[in-house]
Order: sequence, then C-alpha cells, then structure tokens
Amino acid sequence: MEKKRFVPRSFLIEVLVLAGIFTLVQYLIVSGLLNEYYQINLSAMCINIILAVSLNLINGFTGQLSLGHAGFMAVGAYAAVVVTTIYSQSFILGLLAACLAAGLAGLIIGVPTLRLKGDYLAIATLGFGEIIRVILQNIDFIGGPAGILGIPRYSTWPWLFGLTIFTIVIIANLINSSYGRAIISVREDEVASELMGINTTNYKVLAFVIGALFAGLAGALYAHYFYIIKPSTFNFLKSFDILVIVVLGGLGSTTGAVIAAIFVTMLTAALQTFPAIRMVLYAVILVVVMVYRPQGLMGNKEWGRRTFGRIWGEKNEPLANK
Amino acid sequence: MLDFNFHLEDGELLGLIGPNGAGKTTVFNLITGVYKPDEGNIVFSGRDITGLAPYTICQKGIARTFQNIRLFKDISVLDNVRIALHKDAPYGLLKTLLRTPGFFRGEIQMDKQAREYLQIFSLEDKADEIASSLPYGEQRRLEIARALATKPTLLILDEPAAGMNPKETRELMDLIRWIRKDFGLSILLIEHDMSLVMGVCERIYVLDYGQVIAEGLPEEIRRNKRVIEAYLGEEVG
Repeated sequence: MEKKRFVPRSFLIEVLVLAGIFTLVQYLIVSGLLNEYYQINLSAMCINIILAVSLNLINGFTGQLSLGHAGFMAVGAYAAVVVTTIYSQSFILGLLAACLAAGLAGLIIGVPTLRLKGDYLAIATLGFGEIIRVILQNIDFIGGPAGILGIPRYSTWPWLFGLTIFTIVIIANLINSSYGRAIISVREDEVASELMGINTTNYKVLAFVIGALFAGLAGALYAHYFYIIKPSTFNFLKSFDILVIVVLGGLGSTTGAVIAAIFVTMLTAALQTFPAIRMVLYAVILVVVMVYRPQGLMGNKEWGRRTFGRIWGEKNEPLANK
Repeated sequence: MLDFNFHLEDGELLGLIGPNGAGKTTVFNLITGVYKPDEGNIVFSGRDITGLAPYTICQKGIARTFQNIRLFKDISVLDNVRIALHKDAPYGLLKTLLRTPGFFRGEIQMDKQAREYLQIFSLEDKADEIASSLPYGEQRRLEIARALATKPTLLILDEPAAGMNPKETRELMDLIRWIRKDFGLSILLIEHDMSLVMGVCERIYVLDYGQVIAEGLPEEIRRNKRVIEAYLGEEVG
C-alpha cells in the first residue's frame, strides 16, 4: 500500500509515454528524417505550450486577466541573451537569468497592478507589457530597435522538451495542492476567500510571478532557437496570441492549454504561406468556439491522473477510508 | 449610519435581530473586516482588531457565513472545506512543488480533516460533487462547515436558516447548539426566523436604524414594547 502510494502505476505509464515521445523525436532529428521545417514548428510548439500553460495559471486559475505576457517573455529573452551572447556564459546561466529577471519583472508589475480588477487589470498589464517593449527598444546596449543578432542555437530538442515538461509539472504540482486551491478560491470568490483566512493579494502576486517566470523561460528558449530577437517581436499581438490559445483550450485547464497550443502551432504552420487567411481563420475559430463552447475545449477539466479535486485518482479511495 | 455597542462573552450564543435595513449585516461586515469603522474599536479576545484585513481577522479566530451563500461554486464540496484549512497548511511551497513525502502526508491529513467536517454536516457522501449542484439547505450547511474548518473561536452566522423549511430549521437549531458545545466556541447569529432566535440564543440584541433598541433574554425581548413597535409599527392613536 505504502509503495503504491508514492509510485502509482499511472505515473510510471506517464513517464514511459513521455520518454517514448522524447526518444522517438530525438531519433528522427538525429537520423535527419525530421527536416528543419518540422523542427522549427516543433520548437515553436514547445515554446507556445510553456507560454500558454504559464499564462493559464494567471488568467485561468487565478482569474486575473493579464495581457502582458509577451512583455515577460521579452524580459526573459533579453536577460538570457545578455548572459549567453554578450557575456558568453553558459546556457544554464542564461536560463536562470531569464527566470530571475522575468520573475522579478512580474513582482514589480504585479504588486501595484493586482489591486485592480477585471478590465482595469487587463489594461494595466497591457500597458506594462508595452512599456517593457519600449524600454528594450531604447537601450543601445542590447541593440535598440534592431535587437540582437547571432544568438547561439542552444535550444535543442532535449532542452525544449525537458523544460516544457518541467513547466507543466511545476504548474500542475502547484495547482493540485493547498496553495493551488487557495489560488483557485481567489478566482471563485475573492471576498469569501479573504474571509476564509487567505491572503488573496499574496496568492495573486505568487501566481503572477510564477507565470511571468515561465514566460521568461519561454522567451529564453525562443531567443536561443531563432538566432535573433528584437523588441517588436514581443508586442501586444504576441500577448494576444497566447491569450487566444488559453481561451481556446479553456481557462483553468492545463490540459486544454497544452492541446490548444499544439493545435494553434500546427494551424499557424499550415497557413504560413497565407498570413492573411491565418488571422481570419483565427478569428473565425475563436468566434465559433465562443458561440458553441464558451468554456473552451476543455472547460476546467483535466486529462490524466491529476484531475483537480482528486489528486491521485487511484489514491482517492484508500484516502477516504482512512 | 451605525452607532452600536455590544459585547459577547466567551462561549455565549448571542442573537442579533432587527427589521430589514437595521444594519445587522453591516455589523458583521465591520467585525470581519470587510468594512472599516469610522470610529470606535472592535476588541476580540482582549486584542484590538479594528481595521485589520479580513484574512488576518479570520486567522485570529473569527469565521463567518454569508446571508446570500458565497461558496466557491465551481469546485468540489471537499475543496471548499480544504480551502478553509489552507491557513494552517501542513506543508510549504517548496514541498508542494517538489512533491516530497511531507507533501503527501500533509495532503492526507488535510483530506481527512476536511472529510471530518463534512461528516458533522452529513455531507460526506457529496464530497466530490460540485458545490453549486447541492440543494439549497446543503449549501447552507456546507458554508457553516467551511467556516468551522477555519477553526474559529467565534462563529458568525448570517441568517443561516434563510430559505430553509421548518424541519430543516429545527435540525439546524440542534446542530448550532451541538457545534457550540462540542467545539467550545461563541456564536453570533443574525436571523429573521424568530423561532430559531428565541429557541437557541441565550441573549439577544435588537437593532433598528443602526441603534440597539433592546438587549436581554429571549423572554424579555418577546415582551419588549419597543421591539414590537420596530417590527410591527407603532400603534395608531
């Protein structure tokens, strides 16, 4: 019984499936069967998953509408590039710098703005996202509007895959815990939550900082895959793209965020040659989803072992009988 | 708006009644920190809690329910109670993210505690249901369970019997008496249902237009002329 509790069979299956996917793709890349085009989209997919899952923590689970995610992505991207390219340090240091810088930016922006609610918060975060971009544009040290070129391609498949899984695991671990429940209670009813002894401001800031931190990580991965970054990449349209993924997937569902990120990346790739149609199709899909399934693909449901409310499906019964 | 002075003894079951708009809920909101008083003090267990944030006041041992139920609607019954247990969460954030054995032990402990509270209110079979799917009376009971799970020394119930039928009200009366004895806490009760107030409260304050117009034992209140006037209007002529 004890042994089963800490290593449930479904956990082993999950690990095996993930290891299988990783090995298969790694093999395809090494053997050259997966050409550059597919590899680029695969990387974009991983980055989009990290962005969507982290934004979902803020928008979906905490219920705070943030439109500044691209700003944090930019902070992370630039912080990492400064470390790896300008100061020629290792990629790991770059990633750490990205998380630290973006998390700090999240804290600085989160503390004053999270007093605001709903539309006001959305506008404030949108504004801050733009401020970050404009500041980056005006620092000559990091290339100003032209950005930075010649970034080494450190974001290999093992890094991308590993960090994507890492992001999902950390955020799922957070959500499926007492802290996660406190965060969700803020979304459900802030007044009641406060009266149940929960410091709602703290949890809003916590979710915001963790969300920003992973956006920074995604930014660092992005920068070290595409060789070049410039401030205009991280404008509010990028934030909007991420928001679309989260809304499509279902606010408050990590599974939904992952599925929608994969779907949107594939759609974008398929329509790369018709950029105009892409935006139209985006809009149409969004309208259709909002009309027929306003809660998004997954609503707030999750797939797999970690269903919210029953943390370990298998464990639920023995837990109740204790 | 409100000029109000009252005190509550340890372990007392105090009722607060008054016509609509008398300011009863406002008193609750002042005590629990939702509103801040313009002047005056609120002293709880010998400590001044005036102007503290609601979550701090809850952590100091005051819990409440709401007149119009405010459950966390879209999540499970069990989670509603577990959220109330969070302020004493048995594990930290690091343990949460790393899923250490301490985290699992803590989760099992919280799960067990939450189910105990549900059992008191005969909700244990509904643990996995979504809170808003419960019938009205059970939602009321869940709200009390959730408030109790914060381990208060003072429990404030804002019209707990609103919308309940007479049988449910009677059961609730028994439950309130039992809770107070078993958990050894003080209870402050706002209620419209006179039978409930007169039945369970030891002492009653009557509030009208933000003023205390009467105070005393249930029988005294029943006979008090000003109270009858406040409720039924003055006699003509």
